[in-house]
Amino acid sequence: MSNTPAPEAAADTSPSAEPAPTLHGHPLTDSFGQPVVHVARSSYVALIKQLANDGYVMAIDLCGVDYLTHPGRTLPEGIAPERFEVVVNLLDIEHRRRLRVRVQIPADDATCPTLFDLHPGTEAMEREAYDMFGISFANHPDPTRILMPEDWDGHPLRKDYEVGVIPVQFSADYVQNAPRAEETSAWQ
Amino acid sequence: MAVIDETQAGLLHQTGEGAQELRPRSELTAKELLREVGAVLRMSEAEAAKYAAGTGDNEYHDDQTMIINMGPQHPSTHGVLRLMLELQGETVLRCKPIIGYLHTGMEKTGETLTYMQGGTNVTRMDYVSPLNNELVFSLAVEKLLGIDGDIPERAVWMRMLLSELNRMSSHLLFMATNGMDLGAVSMMLYGWREREEVLRFFQKVTGLRMNHNFIRPGGLAADLPAGWRDDVLAILDMLPPRLAEYDVLMTGQPIWRDRLQGVGVITAQEAMALGTTGPILRSTGLAWDLRRDMPYLRYDEVEFDVIVGTYGDCFDRFAIRLNEIRESMKIVRQILDHMPSGDYRIQNKKVTPPPRARIDESMEALIHHFKIFTEGFKVPEGEVYVAIESPRGEIGCYIASDGSSKPYRMHVRAPSFVNIQTLPHMMRNCLVADAVAIISSVDPVLGEVDR
Repeated sequence: MSNTPAPEAAADTSPSAEPAPTLHGHPLTDSFGQPVVHVARSSYVALIKQLANDGYVMAIDLCGVDYLTHPGRTLPEGIAPERFEVVVNLLDIEHRRRLRVRVQIPADDATCPTLFDLHPGTEAMEREAYDMFGISFANHPDPTRILMPEDWDGHPLRKDYEVGVIPVQFSADYVQNAPRAEETSAWQ
Repeated sequence: MAVIDETQAGLLHQTGEGAQELRPRSELTAKELLREVGAVLRMSEAEAAKYAAGTGDNEYHDDQTMIINMGPQHPSTHGVLRLMLELQGETVLRCKPIIGYLHTGMEKTGETLTYMQGGTNVTRMDYVSPLNNELVFSLAVEKLLGIDGDIPERAVWMRMLLSELNRMSSHLLFMATNGMDLGAVSMMLYGWREREEVLRFFQKVTGLRMNHNFIRPGGLAADLPAGWRDDVLAILDMLPPRLAEYDVLMTGQPIWRDRLQGVGVITAQEAMALGTTGPILRSTGLAWDLRRDMPYLRYDEVEFDVIVGTYGDCFDRFAIRLNEIRESMKIVRQILDHMPSGDYRIQNKKVTPPPRARIDESMEALIHHFKIFTEGFKVPEGEVYVAIESPRGEIGCYIASDGSSKPYRMHVRAPSFVNIQTLPHMMRNCLVADAVAIISSVDPVLGEVDR
């Protein structure tokens, strides 16, 4: 179907002896036996399109990750860690293989191109990523919140969004643990 | 009057979802329509061009159509799914599912629980097949720990047994709800009755009917109780005549077929574009089942058929689920024949709490027990995505670990969440009564949709 090597085969090559494996020119790494390709935001959609031609016809999952408190993660050379990451899991039905695509999204410009035109099924997942992380997807047809109420403040899965406290009634520190004003404001 | 207006405004504010809602036809943009039909999937190029120019589909005026809410309390929405339907008479012109009513932030909760405790959280997502949720979470954690190849054989086969029985109970529940939605009320009682037999077995094994937290990283919580084989055989003997009864009651019945055949049709290409998996994808004729195509556990060692449909309609989805119960029974019989003896969990001091008896006699065991249950065990840095075939489709678990004892990010790819995206597509230009059949045939579990 394509003249590019299967990512599994490419991932097996040891990085010390040979040049680091790549897929369509993007660094390819191996995470617990699963191939992962890292791509810059600018060539993200182009890569997904190339991969769709290679047989990865289904975008099975898309989610965001906030690496605010874990900046020192392992990334291949040439990929600078940013605060957010969009992780797309692709599935190739014909060759029965999977591939993960990771895109770095900077905190000061948390936008990402949408995959909707290519894989309409990512519509709800991108809305969820926006809702939970505040990563906005450019040209998404329906850029609204999906799980949280429309007037909710903040994006809950961000690491600097505190877990709410449910006050335990009649305990000694009941008043102390009462929810803060900004937590309750969303309900009013 | 003023009081009523004020109350209404208050209610509107409390219940309104603002921009998430379905807009009136006059405010409809081409983009939104494209979203609904899944890009240009069902449109000719001329039609697509018309929509892009903003001139398509305007044969109705706002006054001629009506936007109504179906749900969140409608019984056939299986929980709290709210559909906004634009109706022209009895015909559904547009549809938008609005979700989030059951959102409890389970992915955020997952970040505050250790890997040991995580099972209690994920098991509550798809509450109709909790064991599959636990299984995918455990498999992901085991992959991160690097012990996925060391799980004892008995634990692996026990997991398969529970997973398949859970598929049966989930599909039996579908039989019940599908029957109820279409007016076959006696079917509801039958389906629940048969499911209860399976749940009774789960209760005997795990102590709970639902939300078991029984499959854990490293193996299972306990061994199978004495007499389990007889209980499983009793279920396997009980079911075939009852399934034959379902065939009489539903499959061959003309009213049933009329209600389902040709309703909610979706093609393989559309289903794949929308990311759909499970019985919906298989109903289009595409034989894609992770148990066969990307085997996990020991599914490559058992014989079973992947059931596919032809037309991609509601009847195919019903028939697939009915026959998948039979296939699962076939697998369960093979598991009974094969069930090896041995340990039900990995004996790895890092992951497994010591047995109760050891705690009484060994100080180290007590310390170990205490550390595992307070701190939890540390999991190497990295990220994995593991997927299995749940009764509803591909359930996946993406875990990013920072090397601590709690997941840095735990994401569950819930099949229902993705599958309900097919609703607007399948409901286009159907009747309201068929809308109920279509929701039912997607078989969404809202606990999993909203997480």
